[in-house]
Amino acid sequence: MNPVLTVRQLGKSYGGRAVLDGVDLVVEEGEIACLIGPSGAGKSTILRCLNFLETPDRGEITFGGERLCSEDGNLFQISPRRQLQAARARMPMVFQHFNLFSHRTVLENVMEGPCVVQGRPREEARMMASAHLDRVGMLGFAQHYPDRLSGGQKQRVAIARALAMSPALILFDEPTSALDPALVREVESVMRDLSRDGLTMIVVSHDMRLVRSIASTVHFCAEGRIAASGPAGQMLGSQAPLSMRVFLEAVSDLAGQE
Amino acid sequence: MLDFLAEAGEYLPFLLRGALVTIELSLVAMLFGTVTGFFIALGRRARTRLLRWPLNAFVEIMRDTPLIVQLLIIYFTLPRWGLTLGAFPAAILGLSLNLAAYVSEVFRSTINAVDRGQREAAISLGMSGVQLYRRVIMPQAGLAALPILGGYFIALLKDCALVSFISVNELLRNASIVISDTFDGGNIYLLVAIIYFIMSFASSRLILHLENRLAHNRRSGPDRMSGTVPTMEKEAVR
Repeated sequence: MNPVLTVRQLGKSYGGRAVLDGVDLVVEEGEIACLIGPSGAGKSTILRCLNFLETPDRGEITFGGERLCSEDGNLFQISPRRQLQAARARMPMVFQHFNLFSHRTVLENVMEGPCVVQGRPREEARMMASAHLDRVGMLGFAQHYPDRLSGGQKQRVAIARALAMSPALILFDEPTSALDPALVREVESVMRDLSRDGLTMIVVSHDMRLVRSIASTVHFCAEGRIAASGPAGQMLGSQAPLSMRVFLEAVSDLAGQE
Repeated sequence: MLDFLAEAGEYLPFLLRGALVTIELSLVAMLFGTVTGFFIALGRRARTRLLRWPLNAFVEIMRDTPLIVQLLIIYFTLPRWGLTLGAFPAAILGLSLNLAAYVSEVFRSTINAVDRGQREAAISLGMSGVQLYRRVIMPQAGLAALPILGGYFIALLKDCALVSFISVNELLRNASIVISDTFDGGNIYLLVAIIYFIMSFASSRLILHLENRLAHNRRSGPDRMSGTVPTMEKEAVR
């Protein structure tokens, strides 16, 4: 297998407090890696460091064979901005709060990356964008503005916007956490379709139902590290490491209270 | 009343020539002031203090001294330091710089108001800083700034009367010339007021029209539920 992404000893501190404390992670092609763990464990920060929305301050990230940041002895180096921008275009992100461009229609939102970042001709971008919108079941809303859509619809458009980049990897940051329970399912079903198509994804989520339905590997984060990793079947079953089982029970308790 | 009409008929062409200069001044100063103000707003967001500090100082100084004093300094004091400007260029410079200070504050707040999530979305698609501003921030910050800039334009139109002090032959100064000719101020000033009112009123209507059109373009998409059947419902059935 080919690793799409390799992370070694990634670290990040805010004002002397280490939020990430040596994260190691390898994601293979076609893998759906789910990061789970208690709040404040640094899951979202890991994700945001991968595309440099946050700047890590130590460690190494290799994406598609390219070094994005590296540590040589004590010297931490980040690649030039251009290279980071090119890398981001191949690993777009889907956000908890969708973050669609509110001044553009659904179709324009999806065309934006291909037209502006990749410089594709508008007609070609429009056809591709339509195909991606169709894939997430949103083609009928192409001419709508985002403020007319429900949360689940917005998130499906956001997924189409990421797909339009022909990505090597999509980062999902709590994609269902801001949705009503009734709307979670439509996003979940889109993500499940993508996982069947062999798309590589890293998904940070509290939504254990989503994780169970799509994960190929599960990485349990605690205290700024990845405390345990393994195939989903093993990590979510009775063979799971103790800390992980405790977490899962806590989460299912919470779910029971709702 | 007949008096007034006769006088108006006689001096109107001369006054209108002044009004034309007023409009020229306003349009040119508005253009320079808005562009300069935008770049000042960007500069004040820069990471380096070397850029931020002088720009902050500039904005404070322009906002904390009267425009008329700024105009007098540009026209009468700068020549002593070796920079001599004609009356019209001095007026443009003064009006533009003054406006730029205020405009930079407008852009500062409307740029800040653009949703942080949308910035992050643009960055995460691989956009450069310039693309981020051109495609995401400015269309939204610009639209939000438009009503305020429109208000500034109308204020500017009237502030242009101040440049009569540095001998630009705009509307008010032409009126003064007429008065010194006829030794009768009353009616001429009334005429001047009417001309100012017509110019300002027309501008504010025009700006309102422009705003409505821009807002309408953005809102002309179909209603949420009038499109094809949402997949959401199909899934619920499944």
